[in-house]
Amino acid sequence: MSGRDLELVSVTKRFGDFTAVDDLSLTMPSGSFFALLGPSGCGKTTMLRIIAGLESPSAGRVFIGGEDITATRAHQRPVNTVFQSYALFPHLDVIENVAFGLRRRREKHVVERAMAALDLVELRHLAGRKPAQLSGGQQQRVALARALVNNPAVLLLDEPLGALDLKLRRQMQVELKRIQDEVGLTFVHVTHDQEEAMTMADTVAVMNAGRIEQMGAPQELYDLPRTPFVANFLGRSNLLAGTVTDEHGGLLGVDVAGTRVQVPADRAVARSGAVLVGVRPEKVILLGADDPAPPGATALGPGTVADVSFAGVSTEYLVDVPGAGRMSVFAQNLTGVSATPGGTVRLAWSPQHAFALVDDGAPDDGTGEAVEAAELSEAAAP
Amino acid sequence: MTAALVVGHGTEVAGARRRSRTAWLLLAPGLLYLFVFFVAPVAVLLLTSLFERVPGGPVGATRPAFAVSNYVDAVVTYAPQFGRSFLYAFIATVLALAIGYPLAYVIGVRCRTRPLLQGVLLVLVIAPFFTSFILRTIAWKQILADDSVVVSVLKTVSLLPDDARLTATPVAVVAGLTYNFLPFMTLPVYASLERLDLRLVEAGGDLYATPISTFRHVTLPLTMPGIVSGSLLTFIPAAGDYVNSALLGNAGTSMVGNVIDSRFFRVVDYPTAAALSVILMAAVLLLVAWYVRRSGTEDLL
Repeated sequence: MSGRDLELVSVTKRFGDFTAVDDLSLTMPSGSFFALLGPSGCGKTTMLRIIAGLESPSAGRVFIGGEDITATRAHQRPVNTVFQSYALFPHLDVIENVAFGLRRRREKHVVERAMAALDLVELRHLAGRKPAQLSGGQQQRVALARALVNNPAVLLLDEPLGALDLKLRRQMQVELKRIQDEVGLTFVHVTHDQEEAMTMADTVAVMNAGRIEQMGAPQELYDLPRTPFVANFLGRSNLLAGTVTDEHGGLLGVDVAGTRVQVPADRAVARSGAVLVGVRPEKVILLGADDPAPPGATALGPGTVADVSFAGVSTEYLVDVPGAGRMSVFAQNLTGVSATPGGTVRLAWSPQHAFALVDDGAPDDGTGEAVEAAELSEAAAP
Repeated sequence: MTAALVVGHGTEVAGARRRSRTAWLLLAPGLLYLFVFFVAPVAVLLLTSLFERVPGGPVGATRPAFAVSNYVDAVVTYAPQFGRSFLYAFIATVLALAIGYPLAYVIGVRCRTRPLLQGVLLVLVIAPFFTSFILRTIAWKQILADDSVVVSVLKTVSLLPDDARLTATPVAVVAGLTYNFLPFMTLPVYASLERLDLRLVEAGGDLYATPISTFRHVTLPLTMPGIVSGSLLTFIPAAGDYVNSALLGNAGTSMVGNVIDSRFFRVVDYPTAAALSVILMAAVLLLVAWYVRRSGTEDLL
């Protein structure tokens, strides 16, 4: 049996004055691996609890496979959750934990099916243990088996990898992806780890302050963010404030601190007025102060190198460009060190990599969180 | 290197020995207390229970003997009182659980987000201890008196025949026992409910368990240690209690405690009283051992 699609229609959840989820509508197609990505407190866990039936929405409806389940209670929903804390029953051994859902529904062949689920997570040999006798990674897999064994229409994962160390987390990401391919259920994965969301999910929805900022395939989201928040939360971006001056042959000309910067018109959210021109740090190349820019490229500078940090695969340069602010550049370590702090450089990139966003007057929106997220995910360089 | 190791090892052993001597020294007052006020009295009780009465001697005169027949006589003569003791204590324990568990649930789970209310409710549970046990039991005499509100209401709704009464009945004794030992049930159950991880309850609901089923398969097993200790703390003193029967009952409700009381202090029949005490102690011990095994909470306790 495969999963069923999940649909949320203008779901709102308020706790007193605080709106955790704000008029949110989305459809998660059957069998997809869907990631809800956002900083802590953005409402993603509340969203998950509404889908699970552990929280009821203040307004809006929830549908599974076209059926309205808003009014049903948690135990009546074809949904299972892998909790952040795992929430394994400490008084039951592993096999009984896994069999719990089957027994409540009075299914047949309970033990065989529970054993098969334990096989899927490769824990058959620990069936007789109590949860307290397992390691964190093993507990996580038991929690997964306990949810999967019920063949739910939708499987919810509430940051289940958060408590694991980096190596185990990577391993479990691969494992989860394999299991999802194998069982074909609809997975909804909540995480604040942008790299985790991008590696695992077919579709990523970036949430901020109770709303979905942008939704799409990971590559799409990364390549063409539509809001400053997404541009900085999913990877990092250099955002330059400027004004659109002209449009020629599908290219917008934007005036950034006196320099003309080009952006493809189809990669721009706004085609006139104040915009933010964005470019990913790894798309920018460093040029010497007198080097000519490659033909067709947009060049900016000269600027002063403020900081150089070597990260093995790449080196990150922070360059202060007068009028444009601080730019970040990731350079592959192909040619050795090409700039030192205090040196003068110019920056260049192909206009095809640039994108333009609406300048909502808060160009730094999300930047702090992006740095935090980058630290959290150990994703210094893509 | 080796020498240093050996020396180091030697010091360690000496240190451990010194530590263990300190431990014994610290334990000494407690052990002495236990010996003087527990081991010795129990030994005396055991010996007394085997004494025999001096034929033709003054009231209460006994002499050392090995009269095992004291036990046989005690059991045969006072079997009804034994039966009543355990029956009343059992009913009182079940009632205390039925009242105490929901009470503890409200305080420990429902009021978790409101610590102030939680504190106030806990104080209310313990508040009866501020008055004397005897006074509280006498108060129940008023509550259940023939002209009391309780009796007249029960008569009005025809739950009680017109000529019936509540005082001097088993109902009154069991009511008194239940009331008096309720905090002993509520507090341990509260302690285990307070620790209950509500995320596990949510997980139960997520795994298709109805609220009742979640209670039966998650909440109840996880709070079993509290239930076991609460029912032990209620059952043991209730089985040996004589105040409730003496104040709220009559001759037809007398329990082992009442018999022991009268054998010791009125009839001055020490051997029988001692034998009854030993039997009560042994019976309670056996029941407790069976109960703890049966409820399967050894690893949770």
